Amino acid sequence: MSIFVDDDTRVVVQGITGGEGRFHTQQMMEYGTNVVAGAVPGKGGQEVEGVPVYDTVSEAVEEEDANASVVFVPPAFAGDAIFEALDTDLDLVVAITEGVPTQDMAKVNKRLSEVDTRLIGPNCPGIITPGEAKLGILPGNIFEEGNVGLVSRSGTLTYQVVSNLTERGIGQTTAIGIGGDPIIGTSFVDALEAFENDPDTHAVVMCGEIGGEDEEQAAKFIAENMDTPVAGFIAGRTAPPGKRMGHAGAIVSGSGTGTAESKINALNDAGVPVGDTPNEVADHIEDFL
Amino acid sequence: MKLHEYQAKNIFAEAGIPVPESRLASSVDEVMEAVEDIGYPAAIKAQVHVGGRGKAGGIKIAMDEDEARQAAEDILGMDLKGYTVEQVLVEAGVDFENELYVGVTMDRSAGKPVAMVSTEGGVNIEEVAEENPDAIAREHVDPAFGLHPYQARKLVFDAGIPRDVAFDVASFLSTLYDLYEANDASDIEINPVMITSDRDVVAADAVMNIDDDALFRHEDLAAMEEDSYEDELEAKAGEYGFDYVRLSGNVGIIGNGAGLVMTTLDLVDYFGGTPANFLDIGGGAKAERVANALDMVFSDENVDSVVFNIFGGITRGDEVAKGINEALESFDEIPKPVVVRLAGTNAEEGMEILNTELVQVEGTLEDAVQRAVENAQEVSQ
Repeated sequence: MSIFVDDDTRVVVQGITGGEGRFHTQQMMEYGTNVVAGAVPGKGGQEVEGVPVYDTVSEAVEEEDANASVVFVPPAFAGDAIFEALDTDLDLVVAITEGVPTQDMAKVNKRLSEVDTRLIGPNCPGIITPGEAKLGILPGNIFEEGNVGLVSRSGTLTYQVVSNLTERGIGQTTAIGIGGDPIIGTSFVDALEAFENDPDTHAVVMCGEIGGEDEEQAAKFIAENMDTPVAGFIAGRTAPPGKRMGHAGAIVSGSGTGTAESKINALNDAGVPVGDTPNEVADHIEDFL
Repeated sequence: MKLHEYQAKNIFAEAGIPVPESRLASSVDEVMEAVEDIGYPAAIKAQVHVGGRGKAGGIKIAMDEDEARQAAEDILGMDLKGYTVEQVLVEAGVDFENELYVGVTMDRSAGKPVAMVSTEGGVNIEEVAEENPDAIAREHVDPAFGLHPYQARKLVFDAGIPRDVAFDVASFLSTLYDLYEANDASDIEINPVMITSDRDVVAADAVMNIDDDALFRHEDLAAMEEDSYEDELEAKAGEYGFDYVRLSGNVGIIGNGAGLVMTTLDLVDYFGGTPANFLDIGGGAKAERVANALDMVFSDENVDSVVFNIFGGITRGDEVAKGINEALESFDEIPKPVVVRLAGTNAEEGMEILNTELVQVEGTLEDAVQRAVENAQEVSQ
């Protein structure tokens, strides 16, 4: 089994005619993802990689029975694109776009609370259920089918940890990059809960980083609600306080919250071993299986 | 992006928030001209992008001409936490009875803005928040509707603002929220709001930070951005558009994606080295950007070795390899040893292109970092 996506997922790509949209549509289809439509205002009637393009998401949903969307729309228009996706009855919206203004995301967040659609991202690499489907920009060749779930705030760190697992023959049920922005759709807790309820996921890797308090909340959730073992990794142990390390969220306030130490302690207290290196995370997972 | 106090105050004043009379000055003579117009007492305030200016000696009150001249001489040109003070705001001193705090920021855990009011103004509000959180009244704002007037009223009464000025403060807060929203601010604060002996309310300070991701729709604000980097290298990084942080060690680090670059830093530390910098080339970097990254890191004289750690997703290994070759082939002699680790999208193609006479190649993250740390130790000896 898997969480959130599988080979029944029918995908509409918003922004399919752009450079990234086109390239990754091709990559997703090569991986076996069921990309059924594109949606780009003003480009209805065209075809990209043999996929029909519609002017609106709702048309794509109606005509091609799509139930998920992937957003490759530039930041200035991404908030609107997500709103458009949330105005249909899609099950899942995956927003890859980096640099979406935070106030736009606050409005999206408000709308999310009113609909049944799940949002992953923005500023994320997407989600993959190995051997079935990938929605996003993750390099498909490093993933293997298996029984470990992975959830991460960082895209490239996801790839790193997955490759450490795959090299040892440990495959994955589903891997999700939730994104490092201040306001995101799916949280660690949402993903952990779904993995806990997936009988095929026997262990979970959770990769966090400095900034915010999401990891601390996740630790609390794990302690109270999870039987599936979890191993963790936290990036940014050596980050100096007050400096912004790339991601909007990756800043240590200097007041003690949001530091790598506070996150690692919270996870350890919840019984989650935290690796010093990505390879050590794989060691812990190996011990669980 | 941070606005200076005087820039934020101009915006506040235009929106109808009362601010003290003030002039911007960049020389002692200009300060003296300004105080002549404004009178005494006058506040001389450094305009630099750092917090805690007062404690660091960047704000002085002058009661007469001699004090004004002394303050101007002391503050102009001073080094304030790494920034040189080039401008001061000369402002009419406010005779106040109470100091309040009002502010709006994004509560990332709640995913919505939060408006705040406190009677504990004029001090470090972060300390108040930590030590006595109940002293700050808070209301979450539904971003679809904005701050309702009733919420602003509730806040001032919850905070215990004196009744005779409560509605004035509520109106400040409403205006502040509108400015927060209209300008895509990430924070907007007045600390302190002063209540004068005549029971007027005045914004004695102004903080306004803008969401960098939203600057594309605020040309007027973007135009106010100035180069205010802590050193030349950070200025260079700004020109190249990199996420770059200079650190104190000697292992230069380049990678893609904040999480992976931070992990590379952590591993340098883990293997006994010290990171010289954080440099994220971002997603989808092309060859030129990769070459610029190497140029950046080589420009730091503290760097004794470099590790390039790329795990391609949207970034493609062949583009990265091209950029590394371009950058290194331009040297007669490679300035410092470079270790490359390429994985992910088009990594194999990248490895085939990579000029291995110029770089060392390692297959795993750990091996690459360890090798770079060893290189740095050898070079520095």
